[in-house]
Amino acid sequence: MPSPHPLKQLQSETQLIFELSRPGRTGFQATATPASLPHVKLPSTLTRKTAPRLPEVAENTAVRHYTNLSVRNHHIDRDFYPLGSCTMKYNPKVNDELAAHPGFAAISPKQSEASSQGAMELMYELSSALIEITGMDHITLQPAAGAQGEQTALLMFRAYHEKCFGKPRKAVIIPDSAHGTNPASIVNAGYEVIQLPSADDGMVDVGALKNVLNEDIAALMITNPNTLGLFEKKILEINDLVHQAGGLVYMDGANLNALLGIARPGDMGFDACHMNLHKTFSTPHGGGGPGSGPVAVKKKLEPFLPTPVLVVLNNKFHWEWNRPDSIGNVHSFYGNFGIHVRALAYILSMGSEGMRGIAENSIINANYLRVMLADCYQIQQNVPCMHEVIISGSRQKARGIRTHDIAKRLLDYGVHPPTVYFPLIVPECMMIEPTESESRETLDDFVDIMKTIDKEVDEHPDELLSAPHLTPVRRLDEASAARTLDIRYYK
Amino acid sequence: MRYIPNTPDDREAMLREIGVSHFNELIESIPESLRLKSPLKLPNGKSEGEVKTHMIELARKNRNATSSSSFVGAGSYDHFIPSAVNALASRSEFATAYTPYQPEVAQGTLQVIYEFQSMICELFGMEAANASMYDAGTALAEAVMLTFRSTKRSTIIIPDNIHPSYRRVTKTLTRCLDLNIIGVPCTDGKLDVASVEKELSDQTAALVLQYPNFYGIVENIEPFIQLAHSNKSLAIIVADPLAMGVLEAPGSFDADIVVGEGQGLGNPQSYGGPYLGLFAAKQKFARMMPGRIVGVTKDVDGRRGFVLTLQTREQHIRRDKATSNICTNEGLCATRATFFMSLIGPSGLRDIGNACMRRTAYLRDELARIKGFSCPQDGPHFKEFLLRIPGNAESFFEFMAERGILSGVPLSQLGLNDPHGLLVAVTENRTQTELDAYISLAKTFSKEYAHAVPASA
Repeated sequence: MPSPHPLKQLQSETQLIFELSRPGRTGFQATATPASLPHVKLPSTLTRKTAPRLPEVAENTAVRHYTNLSVRNHHIDRDFYPLGSCTMKYNPKVNDELAAHPGFAAISPKQSEASSQGAMELMYELSSALIEITGMDHITLQPAAGAQGEQTALLMFRAYHEKCFGKPRKAVIIPDSAHGTNPASIVNAGYEVIQLPSADDGMVDVGALKNVLNEDIAALMITNPNTLGLFEKKILEINDLVHQAGGLVYMDGANLNALLGIARPGDMGFDACHMNLHKTFSTPHGGGGPGSGPVAVKKKLEPFLPTPVLVVLNNKFHWEWNRPDSIGNVHSFYGNFGIHVRALAYILSMGSEGMRGIAENSIINANYLRVMLADCYQIQQNVPCMHEVIISGSRQKARGIRTHDIAKRLLDYGVHPPTVYFPLIVPECMMIEPTESESRETLDDFVDIMKTIDKEVDEHPDELLSAPHLTPVRRLDEASAARTLDIRYYK
Repeated sequence: MRYIPNTPDDREAMLREIGVSHFNELIESIPESLRLKSPLKLPNGKSEGEVKTHMIELARKNRNATSSSSFVGAGSYDHFIPSAVNALASRSEFATAYTPYQPEVAQGTLQVIYEFQSMICELFGMEAANASMYDAGTALAEAVMLTFRSTKRSTIIIPDNIHPSYRRVTKTLTRCLDLNIIGVPCTDGKLDVASVEKELSDQTAALVLQYPNFYGIVENIEPFIQLAHSNKSLAIIVADPLAMGVLEAPGSFDADIVVGEGQGLGNPQSYGGPYLGLFAAKQKFARMMPGRIVGVTKDVDGRRGFVLTLQTREQHIRRDKATSNICTNEGLCATRATFFMSLIGPSGLRDIGNACMRRTAYLRDELARIKGFSCPQDGPHFKEFLLRIPGNAESFFEFMAERGILSGVPLSQLGLNDPHGLLVAVTENRTQTELDAYISLAKTFSKEYAHAVPASA
């Protein structure tokens, strides 16, 4: 028997679109093909025998189904989303409107250069802005995400050593606080991974670095500010050391938000860095992409950039393919152009002063949270941080509540938890990145919630251990999902 | 700064709470010599109106498929996008969320991906699919790497009628592995069993086939898959999802892995990206697949729910032992594809397929009748064909473009050495009026260029 309940709708089990399907229904009517056009008969072996069992639903059924699914998501337009290293900032609406303009959305990558000069000019303008922001010399917009940017740069490093010194080197160094994509990208680029333990202050241990540097080391790959939200103070010395050993230095630009208009990777001596347009430059995260991971490089790496390279020739924009030392292509076309459109619109909106404003506000917001949370939560490095602050749930763990439980309890209060258990070197880690988009009031509310949860650790531990209570579903059995492996619907 | 709420007063108050008197005290860890002394050399911030004016001016410098009739394909196609796809995909709930790391508040995204995986399996006749790759080229590269790891063999056969961009991307992304990629020449755009057989060895990890192939020809892939299997090699098929309403599913021919470009499933052409790499495989490869996968489970109250599963394959857990480095994928493009497939259903997919084939057949037949023009490759075509132009294909493109038709892709632009070849794509969006305009202009071109040397077949 149905009974009214405020959360019933949200918490009732959803149906799959396949379960709403009824034979003969459809949400689409194809434009008729004129009768005079020939019919095509395929050989019977090539003719589809059983139609794919796609759902059969009317348009309004599909719209209602997906609208109801949508409200089961947390998202930036709803509330705070301080997911560290992901830079969940506001995504301006005008950017999406512009990307959908037919002059951008309805153009083919394979129409002629003469008919796509506007798109090429846009990419050129974006490239120039990103080169200025990073202090580098050249750029490729081709990588589709940060991880692909990493791999692209490492392939260029390999090509550089091959071309300039006759053979590639063998290994790439990362600190133990590195993002998981770093080691995976290193392996894909044919290198061994050498993991460097961080010093007690969370920085690269310069002594340890010296010990592993030799002629086999192709590169050092570091995130700056690092995943603890701290600027690598000795970055100039570190980069010099690697260069002296004949290696190259790569900056994972996931945390570039903290540096905009304040300092530039190029000036720090980095040879290459990627940036995540879906983080720093406000393009929507889309539930896991599409992103875009342009890679900016110093002059010595320019010959190895992916083809084609955008150039100006006789006052026209031109794709240059004839580049014998290029690593090749990492994307079928020119990268995620629709994301480039949004990023350029954002840069134009913010302007030069705005870039610095982003960094300053994101740094102030993170430090504000650091100071306000320090009473209740352990902060290993309680020193000024950059755009994100790392706190630990170790005090709460000592009282029986893990960071995992705190994260789940935050869901009941309507905020998305920070990144948890990363970086791996901080126990019970919570990595909080508020971004510049949040007002002081939102931060104050978050602090109140975190303090309330800290009280609940002693007063209502069961509430935490069984959280969340108010979400569309409650804790899910992830182990059984991997065991039974139901990854598609079968009727 | 309209996207930053805190005012200078707010910041002053916050700095006092933090216990510093000036912002610069917070960035003392940055060496003085590295701190920028002057503002970035970028223009001043613009109003929303100014930004729109500037950007739309750029947009107007492009010809587009709504203002010209577009027959440009080669991996990106002007397929119909129902308005409901745009309306649903523009919901912030889908667009402004990120990777569903907290499944309790990401059931919308997770269920959509589960439905997506199910639909992709249905299209290709496969047992397992992932949540998406960047595009078809990168999906092919990942498939190649999977077969390389799984068979422990080192050679991949990629015939010459596979999209040249996909071949290039695969070559680039696998260039550091101990892996050889070899080509197989085609005759009139088609493969023959004997030339593939010649290349097979005990080191062949996989044979790659495109279905329909790069020239739009629907080849019978079954004998090639059997040939690969008889050699204990795997078969990777690059398939067009839009053709799956009319063409037999690759799974029915025992394909091991199917990849494809999902742009046509409700995603705009957008000058080449963001696109949607599709990746499907037999169940036995599910645990070796790259990228994210969503599975069904239950919550503590016994309700059905969805989670990211098999995460121990992934980089954030497995680090240097991960099956791939992909992290952020093409989530919103997969979401759009899910809406698209739900709306069109099986009958819509069949109708779109037939509409593409009939329009293609009509234009191909009519153009082949024009003096000097020819369509040298026979066999059934799906939505694309090779046209030989009397004269230079790039000149023909310019002639047509000046008259409002983007007539195709000159092969010379695809890095292929054929100045007369033009790859012409015809989707269901092209009207008979547009087809007839193409034919009539081609006739004019034929007359005007009657003096030109006819293309040799």
